[in-house]
Amino acid sequence: MNNLVQEIIVNLLLAAAPLFLWILPYALLAVYLERKISGFMQDRLGPMRVGKWGLLQSLADIVKLLQKEDIMADAVDKKLFNLAPLLVFIGSYAAFATIPFSSIYIGSNIDLGVFFVTAISALVVAGLLLGAWASNNKYSLYGGMRTAAQIVSYEIPTAIVILSVVIIAGTFNLKEMSEQQTANIFNWYIFGGPELGLKKFILIPFMLVGTVIYFISSLAEVNRTPFDIPEAESEIIGGYHTEYSGMKFAFFFLAEYANMFAVSAIITILFFGGYQSPFGYLGNLLNIKWLVGVEQIFWFLFKGLLFVFVQMWLRWTLPRLRIDQLMVTCWKYLIPISLVNLIIIAFISLL
Amino acid sequence: MSLKTEELVLNMGPQHPSTHGVLRLELLVDGEIVKNVIPHLGYLHRCFEKHTEALQYFQIVPYTDRLDYLASMGNNFGYVLTIEKLLKIEVPERVEYIRVITAELQRIASHLVAIGTFGIDVGAFTPFLFCFRDREIILNLFEEITGARFLYNFMAVGGLNYDLSNGWVDKVKDFIKYFRPKLKELNDLLSFNKIFIERTASVGILPADMAINYGVSGPMLRASGVKYDIRKNDPYSIYNRFDFDIPVGQGLQGTVGDTWDRYWVRVLEIEESLKIVEQAIEQIPEGDVKAAIPKKIKPPVGTAYGRVENPRGELGFFVVSDGGNNPFRVKVRPPSFCNLSVINEICKNNLVSDVVAILGSTDIVLGEVDR
Repeated sequence: MNNLVQEIIVNLLLAAAPLFLWILPYALLAVYLERKISGFMQDRLGPMRVGKWGLLQSLADIVKLLQKEDIMADAVDKKLFNLAPLLVFIGSYAAFATIPFSSIYIGSNIDLGVFFVTAISALVVAGLLLGAWASNNKYSLYGGMRTAAQIVSYEIPTAIVILSVVIIAGTFNLKEMSEQQTANIFNWYIFGGPELGLKKFILIPFMLVGTVIYFISSLAEVNRTPFDIPEAESEIIGGYHTEYSGMKFAFFFLAEYANMFAVSAIITILFFGGYQSPFGYLGNLLNIKWLVGVEQIFWFLFKGLLFVFVQMWLRWTLPRLRIDQLMVTCWKYLIPISLVNLIIIAFISLL
Repeated sequence: MSLKTEELVLNMGPQHPSTHGVLRLELLVDGEIVKNVIPHLGYLHRCFEKHTEALQYFQIVPYTDRLDYLASMGNNFGYVLTIEKLLKIEVPERVEYIRVITAELQRIASHLVAIGTFGIDVGAFTPFLFCFRDREIILNLFEEITGARFLYNFMAVGGLNYDLSNGWVDKVKDFIKYFRPKLKELNDLLSFNKIFIERTASVGILPADMAINYGVSGPMLRASGVKYDIRKNDPYSIYNRFDFDIPVGQGLQGTVGDTWDRYWVRVLEIEESLKIVEQAIEQIPEGDVKAAIPKKIKPPVGTAYGRVENPRGELGFFVVSDGGNNPFRVKVRPPSFCNLSVINEICKNNLVSDVVAILGSTDIVLGEVDR
């Protein structure tokens, strides 16, 4: 029995530690990047004082949030108020468990990879709603209602597009999907998949449509502009996180950035080759086997961060959609298009 | 069994990121649909009109700066115009030209703030910084001649407090050359953005007859299709010497008088102001700006009403003189107060997000609403 427990703990540590080694520094990096990128896009410099070029700004932010007083108004529901950020945090971070960072590292190689990610991300809704309700604040309630409606609605086109990719890949396992897209940039699913033939070329436009739909829905899943109505600063101040301060607010904040990377990771695995490189591997050229694994990590992070950058870019360019326009976009446009897309891809895959 | 639904009283309180200033809006909402909007004012009341009864005429000028603090030159202009009407004095040509140039530059600066903050209300954060970057140049220009970036105290009864510095006119010419492409950039980024149009077109429609009945003026009135601008309909100073247009809302993206029209009229007005400044700086004559300033201001018993076209609308000053050194009464007709009065009508049956957009498009400044 002891042996089993030991084994479990060792496995857990081996699997989870590299993950946290990436995610926590990434969250700090993302905060810094967001401020710098938004600054450059707005013709200003962003943080420059804390460390050279403001590099230590995130650290300063974390220290500030850690030492802040944890204000809890009298009338909040204490248990739910404390539970909400935890749920959001868990929902965002646990999604990384089945995402393959390279061929030599995946947290947990289960056959239901992409299904697991979608399901765990849904915990976030529960957390946000709880936070909004427990805050005992009309503005938070508004934010919570809007966010629940938004996230739940946009999970549908997400799931449908994932299904259409699964039809082509034949498996839910994210590692297998990445392995299938090997050797060549034209083996990526956005270009139709690894099998050469008429099927592949007919699929390309529908996969492109799928990519666009998935990208838009994923923006809505992570509450980024143009879908950031739940945290619309100019209307309801902070929405569901108005009443939070200190470490709890930090949880919400970091979970948002982790979520951003999670959906970017999924979109690269589904459409853009996962950890595969578009050209070849230096490791293969120089015949150093372990270098290939390391290179794949680099490519995966590069593609993931590229999509995170695009998400940030969109935030500072576009205005936000109103809640009813958001709903119309989802139910009247994205869902019918993605359904039709799914059916056509299903037919093509039968050829 | 039917669900019990109630109307919620949502308070967009005095401290709020998007009520421009300390305005309290009490919204009666049914879900997300607004049934009633009640503005509560007075949070910025500073007893301007009472102060004027204890001050001498020329001492009131810095106080007028602080009415609509984003359009100080316009406020100064309105007040000194009224007193000059009361005293029946003529000002030198150079003074008139400089007044017009600074008032129009101030109009550009004020509209840039309006556009930028309107963008933030709708969720577009970047145009705000672009607008403020360009506004900085205007503020630097003003700082050179008046010493202040914001509240200028520039005009005096009968003239100006300061003359232009050397090379100021060339700097203005450089600014115009720099700014025109930036206007195009702003249009590309915000004005014709599909999401922005979706948020603002056909939202908060103000019909022309309602606008006239409520006393709305300025870009808000012109956006509803009424071609009325004091600079053309009741010209003051030397505005009749310049060739410029009055942009009117035409419902290009939705209905006439909607929020997009109010925004678009402001963008077009910036271009018109640039035209006026261009023409005026070609024609500035030489002269002494302090020549006609009277040593002692003691108007005869009587009243005078002077009005100017401020960036937000018609700013009027009604001055009652009883023959002494201090005025008996100075009453201000603030444009934002009358523009704000119509907000209940145009917000009905819109969503909460629309209230924010509509309030941004009315472009109120609480300094003049509350005085």
